Amino acid sequence: MFKDRTSQILLAALVILLVAGPFAPRWAMFLLNVSLSWGVVVLGMMLLMRTGLVSFGQGLYYCLGAYAAGVLHSKYAVSDIAIMLLASIATAGLVAAVLGLLLAKYRDIFFAMLSLAFSMILFGLLVRSSELGSTDGFGLSVSTFAGMALPEGWDRYAVFASAVVATFVSAWAIHRYLNSHLGRLAGAIRDNELRVEYMGASVRRVIHLNYVISAVLAGLGGGLVAITIGHVDPEMAFWTTSGEFVFIAILSGTGNVLAPFLGATIFETVRSYAYEILPNWWQIVLGVTMLLVIMFLPGGLWSIFVRGRKAT
Amino acid sequence: MASVLEARNLNKSFGAVTAAADINVRVEQDSVVGLIGSNGAGKTTFINMVTGYLKPTSGSIHYLERDITGLSPRVVTGLGICRSFQIPQLFNTLSVHDNLMVGVGVAARSSRAADSARGSEEQQVEGLIERFNLAGYRGQAAGLLPEGVRKLLDIAMAVAGQPKVLLLDEPTSGVSADEKFRLMDMVMEALKVQGVTVLFVEHDMDIVSRYTHRVLAFYEGRIIADGEPHAVLDDAEVRKYVIGEDLHVQSGRHAQA
Repeated sequence: MFKDRTSQILLAALVILLVAGPFAPRWAMFLLNVSLSWGVVVLGMMLLMRTGLVSFGQGLYYCLGAYAAGVLHSKYAVSDIAIMLLASIATAGLVAAVLGLLLAKYRDIFFAMLSLAFSMILFGLLVRSSELGSTDGFGLSVSTFAGMALPEGWDRYAVFASAVVATFVSAWAIHRYLNSHLGRLAGAIRDNELRVEYMGASVRRVIHLNYVISAVLAGLGGGLVAITIGHVDPEMAFWTTSGEFVFIAILSGTGNVLAPFLGATIFETVRSYAYEILPNWWQIVLGVTMLLVIMFLPGGLWSIFVRGRKAT
Repeated sequence: MASVLEARNLNKSFGAVTAAADINVRVEQDSVVGLIGSNGAGKTTFINMVTGYLKPTSGSIHYLERDITGLSPRVVTGLGICRSFQIPQLFNTLSVHDNLMVGVGVAARSSRAADSARGSEEQQVEGLIERFNLAGYRGQAAGLLPEGVRKLLDIAMAVAGQPKVLLLDEPTSGVSADEKFRLMDMVMEALKVQGVTVLFVEHDMDIVSRYTHRVLAFYEGRIIADGEPHAVLDDAEVRKYVIGEDLHVQSGRHAQA
């Protein structure tokens, strides 16, 4: 058995990012900011995959989280980071609690397609609502954090720091969760639902819970992206967005809570550079990246770090 | 002695096929009962009805004076009736340790947990690993184990639920002839510690006569004989329908195929 250093690595990353943030160039901070936010969404995706489910509709909660933050700003003149993010979490969690009642009955492709359908319904609704800017979406900005005014010129850093802290808390909490009884039950459900029921545990309850957790994380990620970019639009609920989350989750692997953040950062970086250097070919670059990972690292990028270690 | 499990006028049919016909059984606390019968005689159907996987067409099942007919497997398990499977049902990507940890964890969170202070979950798992001789496989994924070990783990997982009644569906099937007794010795030894009523389905009459207090012989959904092992195994009908005439059962102790 090797010593699990995930918590220490997380803590070190938290400190380094918070300290280095103010000195980092604007573009790097932005890239990392978006990557971390996406990583939070993929973290939820990873929890679902550990339970044996792949959702092609995480865009639903990602978009809901973003719009919850955006609507607070545009309709209620709230521009507090903490309140916006809490609204993102609450909205996504509530909707998932209801939809989960239905979705927890489905598996495999049916679960994937049904979750995709729900996200496309939201997309359709948003496109048709001129109140919310239709296909263009609308902009938002932030000015306070939990009531404290942000000093002049530090608003970008405040957003970045919020993303870093939110990432840290989410990853740490999920790490603890995966190593708990419920976390083990997730793997057990993926392997053999019949046996789980015959041990006296409710498969549906665990799936429902994990679905809500994954939605909360997607909502949080959406809220973070909204305040980072300062704009929301219905594309966030479009199925290609959900597809990108699945893409990153497979690229990352489900071995560790650090994997989604590594995967998201590499994804964003490859995409940014590919887009700049080969504007007409960037999708091919991403496709080839994925192909190479699947061929040589079937367990995802994370398996680079576990090679040579004995499975425990 | 008090009866822990009772079936009253149990019937089950699948269309025109009768899988259980008028089954009346009372099982006493702490007894070891063998269920015998040819394939399709209704043994597994009986287990499936007791554990809630199948709902009887008519009749009722009582556990500690409580009617449990039609409850789901999850609820039945929660009450203290656990089972193992003919084909081991394991969590193949989880290690042996984690397989047991899931079982112990679920039991510890059930309503029965209060009356069983048995140490921490980790200690319970270690206890099971020791009693079922699984120490050499602790960290291995369940999917990669040899069949005999999978069988043992499957039974250990049922025991992890701290059952009051344990149903074993063909515990020695798929286990080589010379290992069967070793396996059953180990299982029975492990169960003695916690005082469990055991019902098991078995095709090997040596095993049946050696480990049971009582035998139920099934034929076409009916119980055709019920009693002490040697009496049942010597019964003319049982020898004709269950064991086969060309087998010699010598005073219920030894059979040759």
